[in-house]
Amino acid sequence: MKLFIPNLLANDEAGFWFPPQGSTVAEGVDSVYFFILYVCTFFFVLIVGLMVLFMIKYRHRPGVEAEKTVTHNLTLELSWSVIPTILTIIMFWVGFTSYLDMRTPPDSSYEIDVVAKKWSWAFKYPNGWIESELHIPKGENVTLTMASDDVLHSLWIPAFRTKMDVVPGRYTQEWFNATKAGTYPLMCAEYCGQKHSEMITKVVVHETRGDFDKWLKIAADIHKNKTPVEAGEYFYKTRGCIQCHSLDGVKKNGPSFKGLFGKERQFTDGTSAVADANYIRNSILEPQSKIVVGFRPIMPTFKGQLTDQDITAIIAFIKSQK
Amino acid sequence: MATIVDSSNPKSNLPVQYRELNYLNCSKGWKSWFFTLDHKRIGVMYLIGVTASFFFGGIFAVLLRTELLSPTKLLMGPDTYNQMFTLHGAIMTFLVIIPGVPAAIGNVILPVMLGAKDVAFPRMNLCSFYLWMFGAAFFVAAIVLGGLDTGWTFYTPYSITSNTSVITALLGVFILGFSSIFTGLNFIVTIHTMRPPGMTWFKMPLFLWALYATALIQVLATPVLGITGLLLVVERAFHIGIFDPALGGDPVLFQHFFWFYSHPAVYVMILPAMGVISEVIAVHSRKHIFGYRFIAYSSIAIAIFGFLVWGHHMFVSGQSKVVAVIFSAITFSVSIPSAIKVFNWLTTMYKGSIRFTTAMCYGLSFIFIFSIGGLTGLFLATLATDVHLHDTYFVVAHFHYVMMGSSLVGLFAAVHHWWPKISGKLFSEFWGRIACLGVFTGFNLTFFPQFILGTRGMPRRYYTYLPEFQNLHIMSTMGAYLLGISSALMAATLIYSVYRGKKAPANPWGGASLEWQCSSPPPHNNFDHPPHAGDPYVMESVVYDEEVEGFVPVECHEKKTGATTASGDNEV
Repeated sequence: MKLFIPNLLANDEAGFWFPPQGSTVAEGVDSVYFFILYVCTFFFVLIVGLMVLFMIKYRHRPGVEAEKTVTHNLTLELSWSVIPTILTIIMFWVGFTSYLDMRTPPDSSYEIDVVAKKWSWAFKYPNGWIESELHIPKGENVTLTMASDDVLHSLWIPAFRTKMDVVPGRYTQEWFNATKAGTYPLMCAEYCGQKHSEMITKVVVHETRGDFDKWLKIAADIHKNKTPVEAGEYFYKTRGCIQCHSLDGVKKNGPSFKGLFGKERQFTDGTSAVADANYIRNSILEPQSKIVVGFRPIMPTFKGQLTDQDITAIIAFIKSQK
Repeated sequence: MATIVDSSNPKSNLPVQYRELNYLNCSKGWKSWFFTLDHKRIGVMYLIGVTASFFFGGIFAVLLRTELLSPTKLLMGPDTYNQMFTLHGAIMTFLVIIPGVPAAIGNVILPVMLGAKDVAFPRMNLCSFYLWMFGAAFFVAAIVLGGLDTGWTFYTPYSITSNTSVITALLGVFILGFSSIFTGLNFIVTIHTMRPPGMTWFKMPLFLWALYATALIQVLATPVLGITGLLLVVERAFHIGIFDPALGGDPVLFQHFFWFYSHPAVYVMILPAMGVISEVIAVHSRKHIFGYRFIAYSSIAIAIFGFLVWGHHMFVSGQSKVVAVIFSAITFSVSIPSAIKVFNWLTTMYKGSIRFTTAMCYGLSFIFIFSIGGLTGLFLATLATDVHLHDTYFVVAHFHYVMMGSSLVGLFAAVHHWWPKISGKLFSEFWGRIACLGVFTGFNLTFFPQFILGTRGMPRRYYTYLPEFQNLHIMSTMGAYLLGISSALMAATLIYSVYRGKKAPANPWGGASLEWQCSSPPPHNNFDHPPHAGDPYVMESVVYDEEVEGFVPVECHEKKTGATTASGDNEV
């Protein structure tokens, strides 16, 4: 069903109901959807059609009373119980078989680990590189093994028609096989607090495995192909710092980085310290140990997620924010 | 048949509608209301409370929709937005829809429909109202003490970590639960023990069947919500590790507990509305209801199946695939009794004499809206499509079609159908119908675009969104404005009628159930003697009388006019 309504759709390839199909299971899901849609449309037209017909035909006219008719009819009532039952059994079955395709990860699969936290995604590739965007090759099975650092999140890629909650305290899995190169939105579908709606990033589907490997190699080499300040900015943007620490002096959930380096900080335990390299490193690894006055202890730790080289780059970046 | 006369009144040979004392004016002063044991007064107080809550929930809705006119900030920041959608949901669910039809309308109508003087436990009834007020006060306190931003579902672990007034709100929910259980118990006992001579189970009006099925759910499911709420309070206060994974708890367990109540609660919201529609369609079509037993059984079937399907809220929660498949299969079972009811209502209209009164207009709107709400449930019961649609605007649209479009429109139908009985006044049918048209149009304009938003990829509970969704959001917000204005018009029409409305006859629409046999409004004790009940759907037992401008029993009419009209005797 390709009903095109100008201005309503941003993407030419999108249908009236759905974004473009981007994975192997999308077509199955869409066809189940349209099957149900047609059955429902039939019944809806039947019900409302009869209702309108009766409204017109049997409207009250002066002097005309309602005609006495039978008050029950077993055959009729059984038929409108049994026919919908059969239809719903068919619906269950088609939905069930498509679901099995969607939820059975294939044996050989490219594996990416996902950590969700308020309010960013971290995709960890097999070579250890962590990126806030999901990059995958086209035509290859990809399995995401997902964990959450704090609350419930849910990873949803509308173009792939798959979604799975990310539950703290356990791993959940989601797999897909992208059919078309391009960029698609990836978002959090389970309410997770203040910036739930900003927990949106993109999936980049590379045309070939070669393209993907090349991208991964370059991306992972960040300290080689970027200056420390550039690398620090990259971490700032990709590891979630940007959600709480502004660069323009605005106070968000955490202190702004503007002019931070070298300044005296007052802590809630009454002590104070100068924001130097050691202080910043400690704040990244042990964020709860010193809380600056006026802020809540909500920053997650980055221990094990950032190397010393990464932290050095972040320090360089903060230092550059005069 | 309507042989109740007031012997102390000199006009006692006149039909009851000419009596002057009624439940509204039989005693005066605020004490006579606040300490009343009269089910009708308690029902009216509920109705006022529910309306006030609806006003606040509605204001929140309009503000939320206004914010969503644009993906950028218009009125409020994300924190305020999150608190507002939470309170909109919690107020509308716990303070408006759940008590709406059963506690407000049910309290006024149920005993009168049974030909009883009151409910079985009048003091418990008053207690349940004060528990409701007390619970509502906790909600107000939660708003004042820093809001609530967890969503009305209180999902863990977010609700454990959120620094808003979660405990206050949960205590409110706990207390409201008791109110709901008391009302349910009262209705079950009343229906079991106080039916009048001649009213067997299968001669009971279908509204009573619906209230009975609802009461069963209230009594059996609500304790689970209470316990879950308490566990969450304990978890927050003492960090025991029931739901918090950081302490070894399981957040999915909370979802199981929560939905074990909250899915059946959906039927607490919709079943009474279905009961209302069964009455409204039959009375205003002047036809015997079609397939009485199937409708009665389907209410009970919905109540039973409602307990077995909670897992369909959790297809993507990480519960096992086998469990998801089983829940999907059982979920479809709920759709069948719902479909049966719709077909029965349609057939009831067949060869009727349909009067488009305001109540009937809401009844017909209900059939239209509930069909969409029910049918879109099939997309969510089906596993493959639910994975895509879960937690999107499709779900928002679906449950608003069921909870708001159907339950609330059912409540509106009930209010208009029984307004002459409750207030003793007739409202302006013209303005009533205009408001109904506005509600219907505004509602569909608000929520239909949300189905499309959902399938296209708009998640629910989003403060901001991708720019391509803006047009549909604007449509939706315009609908919400129309809906808000129309609801206000409806309220104005009804309130105006209290002061300036024409005095209502005992039976303005021609209903054959017992509540139409006592005067409007009913006297303090409803009936002096239990009336003899016949078939509540033999509409031929009453005929229109020009003099009283309402319907009167056939035999009274004959006695007065001496005419011999065709007898629609409903004596058994």
